[in-house]
Amino acid sequence: MRAEPHYPEKNYLNETYGIRSWLLTTDHKRIGLLYLASVTFFFFIGGFFAMLIRLHLMTPSGYILTPDTYNRMFTMHGVAMIFFFLIPSIPAVLGNFLIPLMIGAKDLAFPKINLLSWYVYVVGAAFTLYSMVNGGLDTGWTFYTPLSTVYSNSAVAPAVVGIFITGFSSILTGLNFLVTIHTMRAPGMSWFRLPLFVWTHYATAVVMILGTPVVAITLALAGMERLFGLGFFNPAMGGDPILFQHLFWFYSHPAVYIMILPSMGVISELIPTFARKKLFGYSFVAAASLAIAVIGFLVWTHHMFLTGQSTYAALAFSFLTFLVAVPSAVKVFNWTATLFGGSISFDTPMLYAFGFLGLFLIGGLTGLFLGCLGTDIHIHDTYFVVAHFHYIMVGGAVMGYLGGLHFWWPKMVGRMYPEWLARAAAIILFVGFNLTFFPQFILGYLGMPRRYHTYPPEFQIYNVMSTAGASILAVGYLLPMIYLVWAAFYGKVAGDNPWPATGLEWLTTSPPPTENFHVTPEVTWEPYDFHNRPDLGLDVPAGKPGKLSPSPAHGDD
Amino acid sequence: MSEHEPTEHIVSPGVYLTIILTLLVLTGVTVWAAYVNLHQFNIVVALAIATVKATLVVLFFMHAKYVPKRTQLVIFAGIFWLGLLLFMTMSDYISRVDYRGIRFPFT
Amino acid sequence: MHRTGELYGQFKTLEQQKDTATLGMWIFLVTEVMFFGGIMLAYTLNRHVYFHAFAAGSNTLSLQLGGFNTVVLLASSFTMAMAVWSAQTGKKQLISVFLTLTILLGFVFFGVKYVEYGQKFHHHLVPGKSFDIFYCVDNPTKCEDVSAEELTTEREELEKARAADPDLNAHAQLYYSAYFGMTGLHALHMVIGAGLLLWLLKNSLAGLYSPRWNTPVDMVGLYWHFVDIVWIYLFPLLYLIDRHK
Repeated sequence: MRAEPHYPEKNYLNETYGIRSWLLTTDHKRIGLLYLASVTFFFFIGGFFAMLIRLHLMTPSGYILTPDTYNRMFTMHGVAMIFFFLIPSIPAVLGNFLIPLMIGAKDLAFPKINLLSWYVYVVGAAFTLYSMVNGGLDTGWTFYTPLSTVYSNSAVAPAVVGIFITGFSSILTGLNFLVTIHTMRAPGMSWFRLPLFVWTHYATAVVMILGTPVVAITLALAGMERLFGLGFFNPAMGGDPILFQHLFWFYSHPAVYIMILPSMGVISELIPTFARKKLFGYSFVAAASLAIAVIGFLVWTHHMFLTGQSTYAALAFSFLTFLVAVPSAVKVFNWTATLFGGSISFDTPMLYAFGFLGLFLIGGLTGLFLGCLGTDIHIHDTYFVVAHFHYIMVGGAVMGYLGGLHFWWPKMVGRMYPEWLARAAAIILFVGFNLTFFPQFILGYLGMPRRYHTYPPEFQIYNVMSTAGASILAVGYLLPMIYLVWAAFYGKVAGDNPWPATGLEWLTTSPPPTENFHVTPEVTWEPYDFHNRPDLGLDVPAGKPGKLSPSPAHGDD
Repeated sequence: MSEHEPTEHIVSPGVYLTIILTLLVLTGVTVWAAYVNLHQFNIVVALAIATVKATLVVLFFMHAKYVPKRTQLVIFAGIFWLGLLLFMTMSDYISRVDYRGIRFPFT
Repeated sequence: MHRTGELYGQFKTLEQQKDTATLGMWIFLVTEVMFFGGIMLAYTLNRHVYFHAFAAGSNTLSLQLGGFNTVVLLASSFTMAMAVWSAQTGKKQLISVFLTLTILLGFVFFGVKYVEYGQKFHHHLVPGKSFDIFYCVDNPTKCEDVSAEELTTEREELEKARAADPDLNAHAQLYYSAYFGMTGLHALHMVIGAGLLLWLLKNSLAGLYSPRWNTPVDMVGLYWHFVDIVWIYLFPLLYLIDRHK
């Protein structure tokens, strides 16, 4: 029924050769791949520290690490994963690659700044690696003062400098996205025809622009306090450690929305595609993305409920924390409603999307327990918090990242990954994830504090379950790393639109040419409109609403 | 595709001159006001005058009066967010019953 | 950066390119607002909590030098705006004239700052182990640049402040942390601005800017005005605390 998939002879991957053509590229697609290499590297580093933590926690008194080293492990796990993996991951890899394609542009608004953002990331990473190699950090990724500024004997200064610098990578990426989405859309691509992936990256960019500079100045002040004795955060000089926490969390809470919004954007692409149905409530989902970005700036002191802040402030911020859950819930309802009456297939990206739906739900709901002042007294700084944020960060953000990588891998490399192996890996990952982190909810509820290198013996069973789960989770991560690389060279040719999906990016070849489109597209259809796209080859009468028959499978089924 | 000249509103030197003279006068007023004892309102007056000066620079030297609405929204968002940072953080401190023995204006 | 005002590959018109650059620069300035905002917050809280120490610190600053610097920066904003106007109206030589004036005014500002910072170092007013706000009143011979009369007033005020706040010296250090932090950050931004202006001057002398294309001048202008606005706030916040005694 459909033509044989075609692999274009000339595309962005082979148009120019040599390391200089990659290191000096201004092609957003190549820059996306440069970021893919960097963030994967840091994923390994963060994962390595996680492995040591879980191995150590198998026994109550811990034989593997000294207490001081244990502090360094969880700190560097957090720093590597948050600043160098999660925050850049989807925006810098998938966002960079896809946004110009999705809006019908040749490149981002500022291609050289895009390349600069990668180099800034690399320089910041170098400083942080230097810190890690020179004994590491033991302050927690949150750098609370005065431990980080006065008393810590670890390599705080280079790490602070490194994260400061990498923050600018985030700012430049956000700036590029905002301007691009405003000024570079193809003819006919109005705001309400944009894919939701673009909407969520717009919202993410807003957060990056407004929040990241605050953590930059915070770390700069902390660094100056450590190096030059400034006193804002040091009680011995009349300073206030809580001021540091306010400044730090003003960014770091919105940062979690930087991590989840892009993933939500991916899910908004996956579900309509694999349900072959228009996204339910498009404008509500778009508005919810912006609402999350804005309200997300108004909740930060929920990380500080137990610091002695004023009760009135705590009440206000607790209320706002409940409020920020609403737009996320709107999205979950809309994704679910999209599934209803759809023609669902269980391709690998869809498996990740389903995983996201369930795990993000649990993570999000448990956030409400934490946002409630009374319960937070008991579960603050326990494993309940650790489980909550891993459900969101891994069960939410990473699932979206992997789902997106699988979905767009054919577009990026022109070849399909092995479908059954990929499905198996997704399931292994899901099982491993839950086994790792669900017991941690129980541990937290029972009172096991976080960031402790020992625990009472009665908690061992849950810790062992968690470590066992982590080993399964590791397999689930390693498999895609291997087969995706394999597929890039030896996978079956994918063709322009293997799924088929409705975005503009699927109208060009896989892989795309350097200039993205041979002819600038003109958009005359609504997003996710499977009925008015006869070019997709789906068995549906044009323009008539109703259930679509499942399309023939693609790839190597 | 055509590349017609960018259309922009060119502000005249006369306007710039008026603005700079106003700014210099306001600077003088700020210093003078600092020597008048207005108790806790000294800071309010100083910040108000500074804000007027900043507004003049933004509107005229930076052409914000003549840019599209979208850019004006960006400017407003930046100022608003600064306000969020300052006011929401201070709202914690000023609503505490006791912060290092300091009594804030509203406690 | 494109030297001859041609379209980049991804733009369709010069107007789209200019719009894009302007939007980008304003968004960047918003990040700068939030960046300075953080240290403004630190200042705000500490000024409220340690008012006496902040007032004492502020009164050791020279109002003449600070006021002069304010006038210098405001003037440099004027000359910068005129440089942009010259580019927009095709007066190519004037662009270089106004850019040069802006750079010169910037250097005057640096010179004054150098003098001020030097004084602070000399008077033991830099946060650190040797910080001592009483240094000049306790060692008049070491601070020859302060007159005896000024020292008497200063001693009086400092004693009064210490009566209100026994830990005056430690808290005054916080004022100076704010002073050096805020003016240092500002000066760093000015140095970058001066560098950008020199680059603009080089290009303007080569006749690169015209009514058809003057985006870099415009963009650096926006940056320079922003740096001026920061100083517009820093001046009253740092120099004018409780001057009315």
